[in-house]
Amino acid sequence: MAHLNEAAVKQIEEICDRYKNENTPLVMILSDIQKEYGYIPLEVQELVSEKTGISVAEIYGVVTFYSFFSLKPKGKYVIGCCLGTACYVKGAQQVIDKFSEILGIKAGETTDDGLFTIDALRCIGACSVAPAVTINGTVYSKVKVDEVKGIVEKYQKGAN
Amino acid sequence: MDFLKTVEDLQQLSAKCAGCFKAKIDGSDGKKHIVICGGGACASANSEQIKANMLDVLKEKDLLDKVTVDLGGCFGLCSSGPFAKIYPDDTLYTLVKPEDAREIIEKDIIGGEIVERLLYVDPAANKKIKKESEIPFYKKQEKIALNNCGVIDPENIEEAIGAGAFKGFVRALSMGRKEVIQEVLDSGLRGRGGAGFPTGRKWSFVPDVEGDKYIVCNGDEGDPGAFMDRSVLEGNPLAVIEGMMIGGYAIGASAGYFYVRAEYPVAVQRLKNAIKQAEEMGLLGDNILGTGFNFRINLRLGAGAFVCGEETALLNSIEGKRGMPRPRPPFPAVSGLWGRPTVVNNVETLACVPYVLREGAAAFAKLGTEKSKGTKVFALGGKITNVGLVEVPMGTTLKELIYDIGGGIPNGKKFKAIQTGGPSGGCLTAEDLDAEIDYDNLVARGSMMGSGGAIVMDEDNCMVDVAKFYLDFICDESCGKCSPCRIGTKRMLELLTKITDGNGTMEDLDELEDLAAKIKTNSLCGLGQTAPNPVLSTLAHFRDEYVAHIVDKKCPAHVCKNLMEYVIDKEKCIGCGMCAKNCPTSTISQTDYVAPGHKLASYHIDPLNCVKCGNCMSVCKVGAVSKQ
Ligand SMILES: Cc1cc2nc3c(=O)[nH]c(=O)nc-3n(C[C@H](O)[C@H](O)[C@H](O)COP(=O)(O)O)c2cc1C
Ligand code: SF4
Ligand code: SF4
Ligand code: FES
Repeated sequence: MAHLNEAAVKQIEEICDRYKNENTPLVMILSDIQKEYGYIPLEVQELVSEKTGISVAEIYGVVTFYSFFSLKPKGKYVIGCCLGTACYVKGAQQVIDKFSEILGIKAGETTDDGLFTIDALRCIGACSVAPAVTINGTVYSKVKVDEVKGIVEKYQKGAN
Repeated sequence: MDFLKTVEDLQQLSAKCAGCFKAKIDGSDGKKHIVICGGGACASANSEQIKANMLDVLKEKDLLDKVTVDLGGCFGLCSSGPFAKIYPDDTLYTLVKPEDAREIIEKDIIGGEIVERLLYVDPAANKKIKKESEIPFYKKQEKIALNNCGVIDPENIEEAIGAGAFKGFVRALSMGRKEVIQEVLDSGLRGRGGAGFPTGRKWSFVPDVEGDKYIVCNGDEGDPGAFMDRSVLEGNPLAVIEGMMIGGYAIGASAGYFYVRAEYPVAVQRLKNAIKQAEEMGLLGDNILGTGFNFRINLRLGAGAFVCGEETALLNSIEGKRGMPRPRPPFPAVSGLWGRPTVVNNVETLACVPYVLREGAAAFAKLGTEKSKGTKVFALGGKITNVGLVEVPMGTTLKELIYDIGGGIPNGKKFKAIQTGGPSGGCLTAEDLDAEIDYDNLVARGSMMGSGGAIVMDEDNCMVDVAKFYLDFICDESCGKCSPCRIGTKRMLELLTKITDGNGTMEDLDELEDLAAKIKTNSLCGLGQTAPNPVLSTLAHFRDEYVAHIVDKKCPAHVCKNLMEYVIDKEKCIGCGMCAKNCPTSTISQTDYVAPGHKLASYHIDPLNCVKCGNCMSVCKVGAVSKQ
């Protein structure tokens, strides 16, 4: 999103307007933008700054503080590996390592083809089926290291 | 939905709904009611589809007016979910799949016969149990915060009212503010968010000044592996709302804020729905029930930062800023949200408040120990048979929690430790099993109550690795405002990594302890002040494991990769070669040794090129590969 197109500008302005009556709306505005576009690049932060009068420095500070906000776009499939305690003690580290090994990226990174992002999550509330992995909302329970390859392949096939 | 103008209006509605609710539970309405568990784990196992399938079958049989199907909150026994519970029979079906829907409707609901294969099997007695109330997991529990979770439809305010919602609020309205605070003080209720500060005391600190005051509900639930607050919010959102209204009334607040993790979309949606319904009925807004009490509730979502669970950081986050803690004093009770007096309470704390007002302080104080009253909800996880959500009276022993309720450690493994208090807490060991759960008791034993995460570890968990896991989490989540926490925890993590990599020295242990002491005393907020606890507590209980890593260069639990190896037992190996085929580094080769009774020569791992991926162990059918 090097340049924002008109529709995007309009939508972001509309999101800012949604919270006009709120005392301190910045986090809410950014959450909505993150949800809508998947990331919050600098151009968008500048636009929000113009609209709200909050300085870009402050907006950038908030965007980089919270792990939900991202400066870069994420992959088509976001592989969320839970590394919460319940999952960790049941071998979640080996599971995320396997995803990393197969895709050649570390947690927080996106593959060059833009297909996959690996995220390390902290408890998704599926502790009874630990280790848990979620991919675009679908939860995979009790994931074993040797199942990882099959899971990745399923999405690779689906993408073609 | 009626608009309630007076307290009498609410009481009338309450009486009417109580009748409907009772009829639903005891079957006197001539209907059957099915509640499907919609808690986190069951929802991820597609429990919504079970409901949809049941409705389809009911429609086909033309029974939609005789049988209802609801999605309720967490049933607790997550490892046996998804569940379907049938009222009034009290039959509980476990491990239900969407394709079981038809059989349950046709055989049980229509045929009146039990679907035996879906009943809970008590592993201890190896016998099937039909009724929920007879399952050992539920026997020692006592539900106050989780009251009605998994019973009522969390999206239906009238049903909640029928089950007793707002009775506590009505009683509070009939009392003076100071009396309400006194009642909460008398109940002995202490904050369930971790520190255990007496709730009534906290409320009493709010000055009697004009102008805006706020009550904030902390639903950030950052402890990884804990899902108590989520389950309360999803299963009975109105209990927390009512608790907030009572607190708001007691401190003279005009508005309340919920701060909920964005990772909990279902909780957020149920809260929104409950707030909307309460507004439409006039239970929130101006001049509530004609009493002159004005109160509104707003909802804010977290954005993924553990430190925002700390109350002053949380307030900054609501104010749209980076969620960094503020120095205290001033305490939030004096200067909180937008500089106004503010009380921050945990979800479970607020969920207990309606009970205290409805049943009276004495009823609440009857449960528990001398200094810890009532109950506590725990999310039992890790190496335990019954993974799930439990609520036990304070004073229950760890043994009862882990063995009687939790069903013990699976796969015949040995219990090693239970971690409470998450990254701020510590571990309790076999020596502590007879300890009663109580705020002060757990602290005296080197851990803490925490918010309720309870992770059980067995002999296969390396305690040095667990300590490293928590520190890694802390380093990730330290907000960076103060250097003891930001830099100190990083140094500690480096030392632990050095030890688990096999390069540690005994001096490193002294340095860990020295750093820990400095970080604890010099950090600004609770995150830094408690960050060294997991290391200190594992050092205290499992120093020999640290020493084994450093001196013997061995990880006794075979977790730390540099300090363990995969070995093939040449006597057990049948020479099938599966391991060699699956080894990514081709470091397994066949020897010329044929074990007695076997036809093919056994294989051998050359440790030099082994990357410890574990493939060989998972593919070997005869279990010849082991970790050493
Ligand atoms: C790093 C850190 C994280 C915390 N996380 C939570 C949390 O997730 N939920 C919570 O209720 N309290 C949390 N607390 C405690 C809160 O600061 C505060 O004490 C609590 O919300 C007060 O509510 P209570 O008195 O009802 O327990 C945390 C504290 C610290 C220092
Ligand atoms: S102790 Fe850690 S989390 Fe707390 S203010 Fe300091 S740097 Fe931030
Ligand atoms: S652990 Fe992995 S690398 Fe090592 S021998 Fe087994 S299969 Fe090969
Ligand atoms: S720790 Fe992974 S789902 Fe809870």
